[in-house]
Amino acid sequence: MTDTPDTNATPHSKHGASLLELTPRTKRRNAAERRFRMYGMAAIASGLIMLVILVVNIFGAGMGAFQQTFMTLDVELLEAKLDKKGNRDIADIKKVSTFGYAPLLANAFETLVAKDGIETDLSPKKMGKLLSKGAAAQMRNYVIKNPDEIGKTVTFKFLTNSRVDGYMKGRVTRDSIANDKSISVTQLDLVDQLVAAGAIKKRVNLDFILGSDASDQRPEAAGMGVSMVGSLFMMLVVLALALPIGVAASIYLEEFAPKNWITDVIEVNISNLAAVPSIVFGILGLSVFINYMHLPMSAPLVGGLVLTLMTLPTIIISTRASLKSVPPSIRDAALGVGASKMQAVFHHVLPLAAPGILTGTIIGLAQALGETAPLLLIGMVGFIASNPPDSIAAGLMSPNSAMPAQIYEWAKRADPAFYERAWGGIIILLVFLITMNTVAVILRRRFERRW
Amino acid sequence: MPTFWLVVALFALSAAGFFLGRQRALQAAGGDARQLHSLPSYYGLNVALTSLVPALGVLVIWLFAQPMIIESTVSGMIPDDLIPEATTRGLVMSDVRRVAEGLDTAIAQGAMTRDEVNTISTDDTDVRARLGEVGVALGSEVRSEVLSAAQRYRRMSQTGAVWMSIVVAVLAIAGLALAYLKTDKDFRARNTVERGILLLLLLAASIAILTTVGIVLSMLFETMNFFSLHSWKDFFFGSTWAPNFRGDSELSILPLLWGTLYISVVALLVAVPIGLFAAIYLSEYASYTVRSFAKPLLEILAGIPTIVYGLFALLTVGPALVKVFGRGEDGLLGVEWMSGATSVLTAGLVMGVMLIPFVSSLSDDIINAVPQTMRDGSLGLGATKSETVRQVVLPAALPGIVGAILLAASRAIGETMIVVMGAGAIAKFSGNPLEAMTTITTRIVSQLTGDTDFASPETLVAFALGLTLFVLTLGLNIFALYIVRKYREQYE
Repeated sequence: MTDTPDTNATPHSKHGASLLELTPRTKRRNAAERRFRMYGMAAIASGLIMLVILVVNIFGAGMGAFQQTFMTLDVELLEAKLDKKGNRDIADIKKVSTFGYAPLLANAFETLVAKDGIETDLSPKKMGKLLSKGAAAQMRNYVIKNPDEIGKTVTFKFLTNSRVDGYMKGRVTRDSIANDKSISVTQLDLVDQLVAAGAIKKRVNLDFILGSDASDQRPEAAGMGVSMVGSLFMMLVVLALALPIGVAASIYLEEFAPKNWITDVIEVNISNLAAVPSIVFGILGLSVFINYMHLPMSAPLVGGLVLTLMTLPTIIISTRASLKSVPPSIRDAALGVGASKMQAVFHHVLPLAAPGILTGTIIGLAQALGETAPLLLIGMVGFIASNPPDSIAAGLMSPNSAMPAQIYEWAKRADPAFYERAWGGIIILLVFLITMNTVAVILRRRFERRW
Repeated sequence: MPTFWLVVALFALSAAGFFLGRQRALQAAGGDARQLHSLPSYYGLNVALTSLVPALGVLVIWLFAQPMIIESTVSGMIPDDLIPEATTRGLVMSDVRRVAEGLDTAIAQGAMTRDEVNTISTDDTDVRARLGEVGVALGSEVRSEVLSAAQRYRRMSQTGAVWMSIVVAVLAIAGLALAYLKTDKDFRARNTVERGILLLLLLAASIAILTTVGIVLSMLFETMNFFSLHSWKDFFFGSTWAPNFRGDSELSILPLLWGTLYISVVALLVAVPIGLFAAIYLSEYASYTVRSFAKPLLEILAGIPTIVYGLFALLTVGPALVKVFGRGEDGLLGVEWMSGATSVLTAGLVMGVMLIPFVSSLSDDIINAVPQTMRDGSLGLGATKSETVRQVVLPAALPGIVGAILLAASRAIGETMIVVMGAGAIAKFSGNPLEAMTTITTRIVSQLTGDTDFASPETLVAFALGLTLFVLTLGLNIFALYIVRKYREQYE
């Protein structure tokens, strides 16, 4: 301390100030103290504000994805168009392509407009453009499934075009579509009237959670379901490999390893692996698993293997901590009644450390679930994950996406309608992460023992 | 997927072995477990492990070694004069592999029969066109030597797979039989099993070493291939990054390194003051309640996946910055300094937010490790709390805090998703933080995604970049851990 604090306590100081009155210097020092404290509070506050902004932003931008605009429309399935021969032969019905269904939509719009007395200058074909490009395919699938319905009038619930959906959610306005070729102001006028007539409505869209990804043209139909399955398979691989290997490695290092240079090398290696950038693991996966071992590109198995290598250090570190927290008296007691060292560890120490190991594993899995960079390199981005796998082997080996990879894929696409999907995807991802972390915390609280 | 079924069969066999061994041990003891040296299940485990572990080990080693052996045999078939100038044997081999894979695809799609594939020759068939029909695009005409090498490659892979199944099956059955016959009431089964398990534990622990070796080797080989195609002087000391898929690219790491460091510095400028002050406040000032809710909340920031930060940079922070610094007259400042949402500032700010908890929780631990007696001494001399922190606690904790900042820096350099989505793709030397710039990790991603040709320097450069990144972050980490550890020892 170079500047000795001024002694307020001595009444005979050179300032001659009273005890009750602060000297300017003390005032200055106290002000500095308050400022310093303020900096600290400001730092915490700004950190928390960032968190709040992030969360508000995610939910503000993403909740929309869970709702989608649907249009109910009565379509007459004209026999003349769909089954010219009239014999309901499924092979003949299948020959009618989705183009053959487009006129039915136009007819349906015409009837609707006439019935509700809606005035518009649009041709029925232009009106059909309000619906998703998948509307015709939806009708075709229905007809192929129920050929007996041909000739009747069926009420369908169609997804609307992403622009109409954006208009309903306030993302698209009359001003913003000036240069947009896929929708016009007259079409929006028609939408307003259809909303008033109750034909167009926003509803909860479960397909976003359970459905599959869709092409660039149909953001309204894209969903997370298939990539969730991909993530699930990856997590199964990580769990099946990282947990046993990680626990075995920790038991060796904590209970059996002799103090020698080999152990040192292993320890240094593990702590360094924990800090290697994740993209480097992606390069490893690409060159070892795909180029060298010829495992299929984009397969969840490869993703799982890469994430296993990434998660191992996390699991090893937390497992070692929970093994260490089991007091030596447990081991001594087991050894004292004649157990071998191995039996003491496997029968007594390991079960007592299990809650801690489980917690660490769940946290490691949560980390692996959100990891994206290595998945880019092993090709889990850039294609449309449209079909859920039909068996476990296919789930592991056939190309699929993963949740974060799917989000990245949507963020890269040109249509802003996909951005809402990306934010929505993040909400789903965060729900998984929060659930896993909560389970980990509850497990820790419930089973943690203080010795 | 025959390997999968082979593994399933191995496990089934060893499960059967467990019951057989247990049965035989009990029989040998006349049904009285007390007559045995070890508990009955150890005899079962002994049989199960002896049949499973060696067979599984051989299977794994075989899977790794077979490609290597086939590669070296087949590449010996290619005469030296066939390797064109400016390429290497490794590149011709990658052609061979592509043709072989193409032939496999052709069989799988039914475009060719097995016999046809084995007897086909370049004299009477246009192999490139035939493979093109099944969707396998080849860069150049297939020469006869390459085709015969590819056919050899396929044949060897197939016989290799057959032999692998035979060897593994024989090994599993032999192990089972051997252990079964050895089972006797005086056999020390527990000791044998425990030695075996210890070996397995050691093996699991060495996977960490294997991973590191795998990382280094996988990048080293491809980096060497890259340096045989591209001069290392240009890579390390050139000034332009301009990949060109027609060849003749300029691939220098320096502009990328500049972008990486610039973004990392911006991130640290955000993260270090906030993180450090937060740590000081939490450890020196905050009451127990504030600490118990502020600390976990801040740490949530570290648990958020980087893809979320990436999206936040691309869709929220970037456009917000454009609103302030761009758009000319319509913008908040009325200036036209920023044209796109991606920039050094976008990526740096968001990355800074991500790094706050790294800096704060590491520094928090380090500040807490400063002995209370030092604070008491300073306060006792009449210093205020902030004077104590600034002049006693911080100097004492400084090495540790530097270590924490270095760890955060290594994290920033290796971060991928935020810069892929927020930093842009233009490699240049520029001091303007509102311009888009690119980083090492971004270029690794862009060179290795999409259609990659492992014979071109434009793809292989990613491995050289990866190796540089690995060495850079590893060096920073080791240095940081060294500082932190050395400091901790002072007070322990």
